[in-house]
Amino acid sequence: MSITEQLSPKTPTTGGAGRRRPPRTPKGRQVDPQALIEIRALLTDRSRRRDLLIEHLHLIQDQYGYLSAPHLAALAAEMKMALAEVYEVATFYAHFDVVKEGELPPPPVTVRVCDSLSCAMAGAEKLMKELSSKLGREVRVVHAPCMGACDRAPVCAVGHVQTFKATPDTVAMAVKAKPHAHAWTPGADFAAYQKAGGYALLRACITDKRTRDELIKIVSDSGLRGLGGAGFPTGRKWSLVRAEPAPRMFAVNADEGEPGTFKDRYYLERDPHRFIEGVLISAWVVEAKDTYIYIRDEYPELRLMLLDEIEKVEEAGLSQHTKLHLRRGAGAYICGEESAMIESIEGKRGLPRHRPPYVAQVGLFGRPTLEQNVETMFWIRDIIEKGAEWATSQGRHERKGFRSFSVSGRVKNPGVKLAPAGITMRELIDEFCGGMQDGHVFKAYLPGGPSGGILPASMADIPLDFGTLEKYGCFVGSHAVVILSDKDDIKAAALNLMKFFEDESCGQCTPCRVGTEKAARLMAKGPWDVKLLEELSTAMRDASICGLGQAAPNPLLCVLKYFPDELSKPLGTW
Amino acid sequence: MADTNGKGTSVKFMLDGKEVEALDGETIWQVARRQGIDIPHLCYSPEPGYRADGNCRACMVEIEGERVLAASCIRKPSEGMKVRATSDRAKTAQQMVFELLVADQPERTTSHDPQSKFWSWADRMGIGVGRFPEREKMPAPDRSHVAMAVNLDACIQCNLCVRACREVQVNDVIGMAGRGHNEKIVFDFDDPMGQSTCVACGECVQACPTGALMPATLVDAKNVRTEFPDREVNSVCPYCGVGCQLTYHIKNDKLLYVTGRNGPANENRLCVKGRFGFDYISNPQRLTKPLVRKDGVAKAADDLVDPSNPFTHFREATWEEAMERAASGLKKIRDRDGPRALAGFGSAKGSNEEAYLFQKLVRTGFGSNNVDHCTRLCHASSVAALLEGVGSAAVTATFNECKNSDFIIVIGANPTENHPVAATFFKQAAKRGAKLVVMDPRGQALKRHAWKMMQFKNGADVAMLNAMLNVIIGEKLYDQQYVQTYVEGFDQIAENVKDFTPEEMEPICGIPADTLREVARGFARAESAIIFWGMGVSQHTHGTDNARCLIALSLICGQVGRPGTGLHPLRGQNNVQGASDAGLIPMFFPDYKSVENPEIRAKYEKAWGKKLDPKRGKTVVEIMDAVHADEIKGMYIMGENPAMSDPDLNHARGALAHLEHLVVQDIFVTETCSYADVILPASAWPEKDGTVTNTNRQVQMGRKALPLPGDSRQDLWIIQDLAQRLGEKWNYKHVSEVYTEMANLMPALDNISWERVEREDHVTYPSDAPDKPGRDVVFDKGFPRPNGMAKLVAAKLLPPNETPDHEYPFILTTGRQLEHWHTGSMTRRATVLDALEPSAIAAVSRGTLVKLGLKPGDMLRVTTRRGEVELASRQDDGIPDGVIFIPFAYVEAAANILTNPALDPFGKIPEFKFCAAKVEAAKPRMEAAE
Repeated sequence: MSITEQLSPKTPTTGGAGRRRPPRTPKGRQVDPQALIEIRALLTDRSRRRDLLIEHLHLIQDQYGYLSAPHLAALAAEMKMALAEVYEVATFYAHFDVVKEGELPPPPVTVRVCDSLSCAMAGAEKLMKELSSKLGREVRVVHAPCMGACDRAPVCAVGHVQTFKATPDTVAMAVKAKPHAHAWTPGADFAAYQKAGGYALLRACITDKRTRDELIKIVSDSGLRGLGGAGFPTGRKWSLVRAEPAPRMFAVNADEGEPGTFKDRYYLERDPHRFIEGVLISAWVVEAKDTYIYIRDEYPELRLMLLDEIEKVEEAGLSQHTKLHLRRGAGAYICGEESAMIESIEGKRGLPRHRPPYVAQVGLFGRPTLEQNVETMFWIRDIIEKGAEWATSQGRHERKGFRSFSVSGRVKNPGVKLAPAGITMRELIDEFCGGMQDGHVFKAYLPGGPSGGILPASMADIPLDFGTLEKYGCFVGSHAVVILSDKDDIKAAALNLMKFFEDESCGQCTPCRVGTEKAARLMAKGPWDVKLLEELSTAMRDASICGLGQAAPNPLLCVLKYFPDELSKPLGTW
Repeated sequence: MADTNGKGTSVKFMLDGKEVEALDGETIWQVARRQGIDIPHLCYSPEPGYRADGNCRACMVEIEGERVLAASCIRKPSEGMKVRATSDRAKTAQQMVFELLVADQPERTTSHDPQSKFWSWADRMGIGVGRFPEREKMPAPDRSHVAMAVNLDACIQCNLCVRACREVQVNDVIGMAGRGHNEKIVFDFDDPMGQSTCVACGECVQACPTGALMPATLVDAKNVRTEFPDREVNSVCPYCGVGCQLTYHIKNDKLLYVTGRNGPANENRLCVKGRFGFDYISNPQRLTKPLVRKDGVAKAADDLVDPSNPFTHFREATWEEAMERAASGLKKIRDRDGPRALAGFGSAKGSNEEAYLFQKLVRTGFGSNNVDHCTRLCHASSVAALLEGVGSAAVTATFNECKNSDFIIVIGANPTENHPVAATFFKQAAKRGAKLVVMDPRGQALKRHAWKMMQFKNGADVAMLNAMLNVIIGEKLYDQQYVQTYVEGFDQIAENVKDFTPEEMEPICGIPADTLREVARGFARAESAIIFWGMGVSQHTHGTDNARCLIALSLICGQVGRPGTGLHPLRGQNNVQGASDAGLIPMFFPDYKSVENPEIRAKYEKAWGKKLDPKRGKTVVEIMDAVHADEIKGMYIMGENPAMSDPDLNHARGALAHLEHLVVQDIFVTETCSYADVILPASAWPEKDGTVTNTNRQVQMGRKALPLPGDSRQDLWIIQDLAQRLGEKWNYKHVSEVYTEMANLMPALDNISWERVEREDHVTYPSDAPDKPGRDVVFDKGFPRPNGMAKLVAAKLLPPNETPDHEYPFILTTGRQLEHWHTGSMTRRATVLDALEPSAIAAVSRGTLVKLGLKPGDMLRVTTRRGEVELASRQDDGIPDGVIFIPFAYVEAAANILTNPALDPFGKIPEFKFCAAKVEAAKPRMEAAE
């Protein structure tokens, strides 16, 4: 009984109304003033532009260990964004933990156990089980996709600091040490790089001692191709982007995430300025107003190192022709897809865009955009300084150039192998990797990560290069090679790869979102329904929006095609 | 179809072996549909405003030379392209998409909507049970919202609801959270819909192709749809001035649900009222029999009748008895005290034809000009200023013109609550990049989309606007050529605003001088700027001055008469524009023709065959005063509720109680009916035919969809019967005859015949020819004033009539809420709306609550010099400290008991937006309960 009614016995109610209590606030979640104070303290004078949403979410996650609903609501208000817009981004990326009112925050330490193929083959599943019981409730143990250290499998990340060749004991020690990422000490820092002749080419460019056309010609003649995996000729890309109206943008893809790939990390660790100089030269060539480097959150040391080194470059006045921005991924493989990365840089969920229009025409912030991979940038200086011939003189089996293979799996000496383009798998194993591990017989290989399919050892004499494997339903992509032996179950490997795609599908289109999930479930139960799996694969290939869904059935189809004998065997484990 | 307006070149390509042509902008899907090839589609909606998203992949086609298939909904063909929509490869992909989706759906037999677009397509494609295992986690139903049933187990992640919510309505509540197969439709932070910021516009329900989102009224306890309509009727919404076109879906003469139609103002969109607010018509309190006052039951100002049981005061009567009593009472007064002893309040809720006949009845049957309606309470000052300044009371441009604006001012309006569908266009414009400036003492939802939110001090409009004029004139940013050609009075304005420097005005209006400058410059330099205003501007004693400032701003910058420019007072009621046009105001005949001009009067006397009163009549508040003064003794009120809507209700109710004879015609026993001698049960909007004119000057057709309940009658019949009993020889056989008579007297309606409105559903006036669309933007070549010149009038700084003091330290401001219409007589009887906002609230700041030692929801007592109410507090971060906002829809704590009846001298509009109040914690008074 409300006071009103007691006080106004003569006032009738309208329509039977007025008896229930009205809401105490306007609709929905209200901003908590304390949370707003905290968010403002965290953001300080940083821009509230909405493309910085992911950066701001990182600030909160880093500071508090999770994203509480009050903080998210306050952030939304501060950035003039809708609650749902913030929430959908926060829940898209694996490295954010959203905690709603009444929910328990995650434990202070999270251990991520890589379960991608190389680590799975090295016993990740067992490790994960052991860690879960050993580390207790104060530690959260979760599985995670490839961390780019496949040559040192199995890998765990405590926080975001990685333990290589992890055992329960080494991980437990790492947890105790409460590690924080520190800037990586590069093989050559700014001073060392400059001393050895670095940035002379860039200086020649920005002082107009070189011409753009000249550089484009050299790079075109060298046959340099996009080494992120697509293999698009770099010189041609530069010309295409230059032909679009200004202002143009430049986005550098350091979101190396294709399982088995760790070459970008390798080069950034050793010689980051060779990469940065390549970036600045490319930006100069296409006259990009802004340059965004998007680096995956799995490489925090490299990100911190790049922040430092970029600052040095800026202070030296070498980047006045383009504004350098370093953006941080947040745990989403799909953001390695060029248009998904652009979406992510814009602060959104990493959903690949439809093509056409291509990013060269309509890219970052709607502007024509050059997008390049780290390694592609890494070779720019050398190619221009040493000439196109230097690159084209290398190669094998009628292929030209050189490639960085990230090799992991059952070989004696895994790691990044700079080898001639066109080398065969057998040659790569024998000449560069010291052969197979003792007690392992070469059985199969992934020529280009999960997307690139699986080939049997009997097909290890095919030259490996862009365009050579497509007729077999495979491709080299980022040149992430995983070697399987007779100790590895092919169906289990294919299932591992399908589960990876299932986890990493952005969810945008039906064939990929539902297809990867259904495929993984069909593959997990035996016997495989070959006809249905083939039909499904066809639809995924034909009808998915981006390369993830289109390539996701490749390993599965390879098993059906090249390993028919395996189909009758029960699903194996490691 | 979108983008087929012939601009650019067309593209020829091959579709399934046949050469076809895509006109500029058409996608493959659109061309295919024109060719009669119906490509399956789920995530694509061909309705206006829906961007193709290409995510469901049901519409895949094969393009020769391409490695993979393409989504036809989003792909535009190129010259010579060879497309196959029906090839095996395309069909295989289409079917597999459906098979995948079917796997995760509830069984067909228990599916939420067995007739959904999804199942219709699945049927057509022959997809029944899929071969795939279903997903592990099935989302649970969410029935937290009173209006909508959410069953995400039927969701196919097509994202249409996200686009509906984010891109079409720009309410930004729905998102797609998570990733991959864990992707999920969420409201805010994955909150139950009923606890989210959802404003229940229902756009998502209309867009959903699967039945995952449905009107709650259609489903049974198991969330399965059981209700299907047997017929549809197209009409227009009865609530606000936006004038949304809609379709009633009816079963067995009962309204099942409502969907938006592609009207010129709404483009399919509706708000919570227009979509879910219709069951008031079948509320048990609906009047179905004439009532007459029982003998010996006295009238008293504080004696409100219980609408559920009016028989304490009234008894049922036959129509004959009721009409005779109604007419004889009026006649007696007219014949005894003269025509000016009678007055009539018509309604902006009725049709144009009703408004026209009502004013004709008062002018001819009663014999005076004492006719007015609630326009007096909303935009009378705007009308006065516009008539004075630009020679016309209507908007110079439709609100949809904001599509072409790059600078938009919304002042003294809260359109997301009061003109929700218009607000969607403002928000879209802001998203597109137009600079939106919101000027309002209250924070509001539009603020998030604003380039600048100028939260100025209550009542300081003139200070703020004159400061902007000062900047524009001082910095010579005005359009000198335009001013020379089309504007008079510039020098006086320039002189007047000299002292209004931004620095001087900053402390008065509370807006930093720099912001005043920045916004003034932005407005003046904009390519095309438009101004929208609401009652925050008009409902002041300086309301006319406020509007004059806006007119001056717009005119000196030449921001009128071109696409994307203009002056647009957002009209409140569904037909307040039409009712005013039709002459439901005391100083004008239809079409704003002065009653005091002998030439004009002669014309109307000829048309109506009657001598007419040469003196203008009294306005709403003046009539109430005249009743107290015993000058007016009898009244006829149709569809108005002055016992709730007038300022200082104790005074207004006292007047109504004091009347010798009061006839009220309505669909419920409103508060006003408490003082009636005769109550005539009338027709609700969905029960009658007639035209209405919205804020955009669009004359639209409302159609009878449902039978009248019980013994209730058409309003037109009632007015005509009363007229006949008062001696008028009227004999209208059909509503169209009334329209035609009215249109013949109104040049504004030239070329707009009844048949044309009937055929086209809507026509914008003015229209230059019967086959030409009306003009969205007017005054491209001057104004309907002498020499075609507009006139500027300077505004001085006047304080509100009653300012806060020691005893009454708060500023009370009143207005409306999204869910409730005006005095609540309809909306508080609509189940959904009543559930969402069930009782009276007063919105206050956190600071105010802390100061009073209260928690949100605790009871407040609000007192002014005129009265006192008690009601629940609502903590609202949009309200400044020291201000209290009360919506006036709630009889149990009627805001207008508190408001100040002081009038604007020109528009005669009361100062609803400002008075001094005392706010305290309301302690339970034990003695009161005894």
